[in-house]
Amino acid sequence: MAGIVLDKLKKSYGGTEVLHGVNAEIADGEFVVIVGPSGCGKSTLLRMIAGLESVTEGEIRIGERVVNGLEPAQRDIAMVFQNYALYPHMSVRQNMAYGLKIRGLPKEEIDRRVEEAADILEIRDYLERKPRQLSGGQRQRVAMGRAIVRKPQVFLFDEPLSNLDAKLRVQMRLEIRRLQKRLGVTAVYVTHDQVEAMTLGDRLMVLNGGRSEQFGTPIELYERPQTTFVAGFIGSPAMNFLPATAEGGEVVLENGARLPGGTGAGRVRLGLRPEHLLADDGGPIRLQAILAEQLGASTLVHGTLEGTDSALVAALPGTRAVTEGEVLGFSVAPAQMHLFDGEGRRIG
Amino acid sequence: MNPALQAIVTIFIGVGGCVGYFWLSNQLLDKVLFPPRGPSAGRNINRANMIRPWLFLLPALAALGLYLAYPVVETLRLSLSERLPEGGYTWVGLENYRQMAAEPKFWEAMRNNMLWLIVVPAASTGFGLLAAQLTDRIGWGNIAKSLIFMPMAISFVGAAVIWKLVYDTRPAGQEQIGVLNAVWLTFDEGPVSFIVLKLLPALVLLICSALLVWGAWLLLRTVPALHARPGALALRGGLALAALWLGWALLSTIPPLLSARLPFGQPRTWLTIPFWNNFFLMAVLVWIQTGFAMVILSAALRGIPEETVEAAIVDGANPFQIFFRIKVPQIAGTIVVVWTTITIVVLKVFDIVFAMTNGQWQTQVLANYMYDKLFRTGDWGVGSAAAMVLMALVTPILVWNVWNARREMR
Repeated sequence: MAGIVLDKLKKSYGGTEVLHGVNAEIADGEFVVIVGPSGCGKSTLLRMIAGLESVTEGEIRIGERVVNGLEPAQRDIAMVFQNYALYPHMSVRQNMAYGLKIRGLPKEEIDRRVEEAADILEIRDYLERKPRQLSGGQRQRVAMGRAIVRKPQVFLFDEPLSNLDAKLRVQMRLEIRRLQKRLGVTAVYVTHDQVEAMTLGDRLMVLNGGRSEQFGTPIELYERPQTTFVAGFIGSPAMNFLPATAEGGEVVLENGARLPGGTGAGRVRLGLRPEHLLADDGGPIRLQAILAEQLGASTLVHGTLEGTDSALVAALPGTRAVTEGEVLGFSVAPAQMHLFDGEGRRIG
Repeated sequence: MNPALQAIVTIFIGVGGCVGYFWLSNQLLDKVLFPPRGPSAGRNINRANMIRPWLFLLPALAALGLYLAYPVVETLRLSLSERLPEGGYTWVGLENYRQMAAEPKFWEAMRNNMLWLIVVPAASTGFGLLAAQLTDRIGWGNIAKSLIFMPMAISFVGAAVIWKLVYDTRPAGQEQIGVLNAVWLTFDEGPVSFIVLKLLPALVLLICSALLVWGAWLLLRTVPALHARPGALALRGGLALAALWLGWALLSTIPPLLSARLPFGQPRTWLTIPFWNNFFLMAVLVWIQTGFAMVILSAALRGIPEETVEAAIVDGANPFQIFFRIKVPQIAGTIVVVWTTITIVVLKVFDIVFAMTNGQWQTQVLANYMYDKLFRTGDWGVGSAAAMVLMALVTPILVWNVWNARREMR
């Protein structure tokens, strides 16, 4: 078992730098999710850990070893690919056994490990089938089986669930989590889906434009986002951002409404999560409704801050009908107001 | 009339005729025969739709029947009959085939064809696969590909002429214009000659032989698991035996090769050295067909999902294992199609032999033998018999080829 250290990791293609020095320490047995929009460099980062991309600058350590110059096979990692990457000409058993065969393990040992993994993943019945005879979920299991049999120090997942339908995705998500806990192997998981990231990870790294914006537990990221990007990326529906001015322990909105709380002075951006807006007829935040999305358990009211063009979304518990143009009042607890400066960094 | 003008007129008449046929026949069907009107409009539409494909296929079917099916039947008839001196034909049964089988030249052609059949498809596909894999990895790969593909644009006769110049011989003392002789004359009794002309070929033979034996072992290894299918068992056994025999044949040529005394300093007439001249002829076809194999296999290699290769890298496979265990099995279907396609070309090979040796010095092949009998000796019976033998050899491979190609497309 081993942890992973990323030390000022940089990657350039030609003259273009795509990763600008990423730092992270991943503990042994920890499940870390790297999340970010497409093109943020998250897959590149994972592939660098795997050894499929070279490191331009910086250092990767797995356990105590610096692995920069090592071949993927020598890094003691296993990777699950987005499209499963099963060898189409081999049976499930051969697919899982191939890596072990190359390592020269005795046949009995290979068979034992393959069958053990097949039992864990409940794919014993398909061992002699070819990948094309399997469904998406079954292929996903085989891909994971191929990773398990190697008993690696680290699991790497590259958006492994993105090809499955919504229901199966939720199910496989739980299974991956359970499996990782059971085996106690360090895992790095890349996804663009923030729900997947929140539910799977012990800690999350939010990557944006080749920089790590924040690295922490899901709740930390939710409760104390360090940048507007993290604040907007984590949580669903996304956080509202309103231009405002902070002065003397109060935050003044565009339309002049005053909210108690907040520190600092001058122009700020106020972040409010829709679910933290509490219905309060006399409240200072006035929302002029445009439409409502009824989700059953809650209702999302879309509109603007009264008297301005700033979009505002509020989540109300239960069902509630809203007419266009109706003005609703809300208040918010001072602890749930997030203030950001002009560069998008958290204040306080 | 100017020939160019004639050609243009022909094109217009031909294309116009085709378009006219399709349009007019369609009109006839829809407007006159089964008009979609009246009480039986629905039935008429269905009927017209049933007839339409056949209507459109008719010209092609007629042309194929006239120029392909009928000649086959006619050739079969000719091969079973004898032309009488006073005109007309008489039925002779299998007499022509018996006569042909008694001729050593026919068996020479059969033997050479088999040799071509083994060497050319194997070499073309092998080189093509190698070129496809290597050119994908280098910066100037596309230029290399174009160069390798270029011979495809040359007719067989043109290629034969080019290679005849390569093998050309001038008397000793004169400047050699043939590349092969020019190279040959640079060799002497020295160690370089020994390495290049004896050690290296011996090593290649040894490796080929080892590969064949290994292939035979691979074929036989899984035999116990196949006991339920006697057909597969027989096929594997046969292939393994053939591979072992070929391996032994290659191995047994090594001692004479090493002990041979080579006539250094004398220009050779390459195309008159029996047995080896077959390989000089085959080189021409390999030169042409490698480009074809490379293009098809290159496309197939690019179709392999990159992720499976990366998965193999993570699994620890080295480049050779990735190529032979991950990539080649994934394009096995395409390799079979390329192989069989070239096999069919090889079985029909005529132009190269005709233009370079005309079957002399033991280089006869079936197609040239047939041409010889039909148009030079004027023996239509035996010539047709040779044609039938050729067709009998090509047909099963063709069927298999089409079957494989269709499976690939699915």
